[in-house]
Amino acid sequence: MAMSDTAGSISRTWARVRLLRESPVGIIGALLVAFWVLVAIFAPVISPYDPNSNDMDALIDPGPTAAHWFGADMQGRDILSRVIWGSRTVLTVAPVAVAVAYAIGSLLGLLAGYYRGWVDNLINRVSDIILSFPAIVLYIIVIMRFGPSALNIILAVIFIASPQIMRIVRGMTLELREREYIAAAKMRGESALYIMFVEILPNARGPLIVDACLRMGYTTIAIGVLGFLGLGLPPPDPDWGGMVKDSYALMSIYPHMSLFPAAAITSLVVGFSLLADGMREISMRD
Amino acid sequence: MQVAAATQTNTRPVADAAKAPVLELRNVSISYFVRAGEMKVVPNISFKLGQGEALGLVGESGCGKSTVAFAVMQYLGTVGRITNGQVLFEGKDLAKMSAAELRAIRGRKIAMVYQDPMSSLNPVIPIGKQLMEVPIIHFGQSEAEARTRALQMLREVNLPDPETMMDRYPHQLSGGQQQRVVIAMALMAEPSLLVMDEPTTGLDVTVEAAVLDLVARLREKHNTAIIFISHNLGTVVRICDRIGVMYAGELVEEGPITEVFRNPRHPYTRGLLSCIPTLSADKNSRPLTAIPGQVPSILNRPKGCVFAPRCRFVQPERCSQDPLPTLNISERHRVKCVRAEELPAHEKLPEGLEAVAIGPVPVDAEAVLQIAHLRKTYHQATGMFGGAGYDVHAVNNIDLAANRGQTLAIVGESGCGKSTLAKVLTGIELGTEGMVTLGGKEISQVPVEDRTAIIKRAIQMVFQNPDSTLNPSHSIGYVMQRAIRKLRGLSSGEARGEASNLLKTVNLPVEFATRMPRQLSGGQKQRVAIARALAGEPDLILADEPVSALDVSVQAAIINLLVDIQAKRGATLVFISHDLSVVRYLADYVAVMYLGEVMEYGRTEEVFAPPYHPYTEALLSAVPIADPDVHQRRIILEGAMPSPQNRPQGCPFATRCPRKVGAICDTTPPPMQTTAAGHRIACHIPMDDLKKVDKVVVA
Repeated sequence: MAMSDTAGSISRTWARVRLLRESPVGIIGALLVAFWVLVAIFAPVISPYDPNSNDMDALIDPGPTAAHWFGADMQGRDILSRVIWGSRTVLTVAPVAVAVAYAIGSLLGLLAGYYRGWVDNLINRVSDIILSFPAIVLYIIVIMRFGPSALNIILAVIFIASPQIMRIVRGMTLELREREYIAAAKMRGESALYIMFVEILPNARGPLIVDACLRMGYTTIAIGVLGFLGLGLPPPDPDWGGMVKDSYALMSIYPHMSLFPAAAITSLVVGFSLLADGMREISMRD
Repeated sequence: MQVAAATQTNTRPVADAAKAPVLELRNVSISYFVRAGEMKVVPNISFKLGQGEALGLVGESGCGKSTVAFAVMQYLGTVGRITNGQVLFEGKDLAKMSAAELRAIRGRKIAMVYQDPMSSLNPVIPIGKQLMEVPIIHFGQSEAEARTRALQMLREVNLPDPETMMDRYPHQLSGGQQQRVVIAMALMAEPSLLVMDEPTTGLDVTVEAAVLDLVARLREKHNTAIIFISHNLGTVVRICDRIGVMYAGELVEEGPITEVFRNPRHPYTRGLLSCIPTLSADKNSRPLTAIPGQVPSILNRPKGCVFAPRCRFVQPERCSQDPLPTLNISERHRVKCVRAEELPAHEKLPEGLEAVAIGPVPVDAEAVLQIAHLRKTYHQATGMFGGAGYDVHAVNNIDLAANRGQTLAIVGESGCGKSTLAKVLTGIELGTEGMVTLGGKEISQVPVEDRTAIIKRAIQMVFQNPDSTLNPSHSIGYVMQRAIRKLRGLSSGEARGEASNLLKTVNLPVEFATRMPRQLSGGQKQRVAIARALAGEPDLILADEPVSALDVSVQAAIINLLVDIQAKRGATLVFISHDLSVVRYLADYVAVMYLGEVMEYGRTEEVFAPPYHPYTEALLSAVPIADPDVHQRRIILEGAMPSPQNRPQGCPFATRCPRKVGAICDTTPPPMQTTAAGHRIACHIPMDDLKKVDKVVVA
């Protein structure tokens, strides 16, 4: 039974994805995101150079050439290769961070909304404290304290996104817990965990999927900002934000050095936003 | 507060048909253009409405009633369009008018009243100012003139203290008062046509009766023509002199009220009339006849007669002819059915109230559920730390019992505490004082989480809202098997078989197990909900307004199902409802609640006949009855139920009671008077005097 229900849920999810065809905006978003996912997966195959190897010849004229389509940076490294490899950073850090933030935020939101009372108060007050700090300051504090690394960036994003997700899930739980099917579940003796995860959470999925898409975009920006502040991946690993930081002083002479990584960040963020719009359009329809 | 002795009459002057009609629809087709293509919602409709005439449009949801109303207003939105025909208002085609011309007519000559008054009134502007806008805009009156007119209108719709009412905001008014303001606004400019779309659907029955009475009175006074849309045939009988029955976008029968009700010729009209419970029949005297099937989807409209797939008189070769002719039964009675003239006479439901004699009180089975001195008090906190505040007595000292295999109905208007009582029975809320015993065990102090498996099995509930009763993420089969496994501890294989059996019990195909709730109609969802409640083979089924959200034809099927299941399984049913007709049909015992207290309790035949509690009497007089030949004494209750924190010291009903005896009603709680047969009435008027009261409903 559980098996067939899972199968049903997969086929329904697939039907939802197919619905995306009817939203032009959503398709553009999905294509942009899919493009970067493919780039990240096939980076070793499509990248023309080792992203960390220095080509001293390129330093004479670092602008775009036939050998270096996107040009080279101050250390003669191929920018195209660095942009390609840089997508791997973003597309591993962002999904992992958002997924874990969702796990924590959903659990706390369900607990707060379902039990209310002191549980709700405690969770909310702690979230309020975290959310009352400007996010960027929090990022800097966390990374400065624990040092720049992919893991620490993930932890910082989780720390800041979880309370926000908690609030969304809590709000939906407060509304959904009053539905008659919840009363029916209680009357047949279901446990609180079953009610939270099987009766409530699946019905909150529409808005949560949209939020997750948007949040991937925000996280991409956050990773870029951290890189730009020198709090991204430790050098020499390629990191879009870090690439902009290394070259923005030369913007007037060699704009390509910061332009290409900046364009990469923008296109991925726009992709996630458009995908979220498409998902919202679909969820409005049923 | 008056006790009107006049009986209901339908001998209003028949409007002069020779006069130019106020409104005429000629072969009007209305379509909505949506993603899936053109939806021909109303393929072809024609009717005339004379000056001062009132036409009731009835039919189940999705039959195009509101679409016709919006077409008359020329307000079909961006997707709707009149694709053919003319909508003539005072001889001019509304469809050809410019936006400016329409603006001059809307609100001035044609006014509309919607179902939800709160969405018709602007929440941030005082009532008076909103009313004054009408004459200022349409007649260019000065503020002072407009104010005088607004005050006059508020007086006409019987609102108390019009001067202060002018400065109130909509949220400060009760639902009935809001609807009166909307009606006042609609009549401000003395329009020649008033379109009312389910104007009383959201109101309690006593408030509804007062509003209907008001509309009928104002109509006579101002000679306004009315299109009155309702799913409730009873309300149409009270207001209209003509009725149009709509089905799947077509006007299938149209004629004078009395003629259509006495001699309905279209099978759909007959179906509607036989599927509504009236105050004159119960489950032992006749079953309700549900109409099988559903309204066809607009995209799959059958050729010829749209009703043919559900019709028991169908003759396929004749009924599929296209276009279907319209037969004239009499000069003003038209029917869209090829067999209209040859069908046998419609059997009107026989016996009136007197036919059901109160026999000797049967030896009742044991009481499964006993409620003794139950109180449920909520503490409403005020102030920052919740220290201050007041108590709200949602349920106040209730004594009731439900016997094995019988139905106990709890009736009352919204806010009477019937749903709070249900919550205490289910354990979602705890009782504050008193006892509730189920099969001898106390349950009012045990929250649902702590109830033993035996108690959980013993009491199950059917809820009101078909859209919220099933989890949209779970398939029907999963819901059923989960309930069976949790309540009966069966293995998943056994549960699967049992789920199929239960689906069959509620007359659903076994294949429904794989469906999701959104693929089901409202009636089907409610059947699944009943099947789920049966999963543990409960002793007691608690049903909280299980049919109030359903169309009448579906409602009949669900009621029949409940009667059937009760007869087969011997389950006890506690049926909570605001609908006295349904209660009369289904219940063995009735408790009438008002403001958290039981005002009257007894066997159904006793409660529905004198002696009445004055509140029961008012409720009975307010029930809209779909039969123009039934005479109903009119008692109009003024005001609204007091809020529970302003509970009167004496009798809770004292503030609205038309039979109030004097100061004692305000100061002393009424004594519970009990007859030898166990019929209880809480009133200061002696039982012997209450027995002398006339019947409210006489067939």
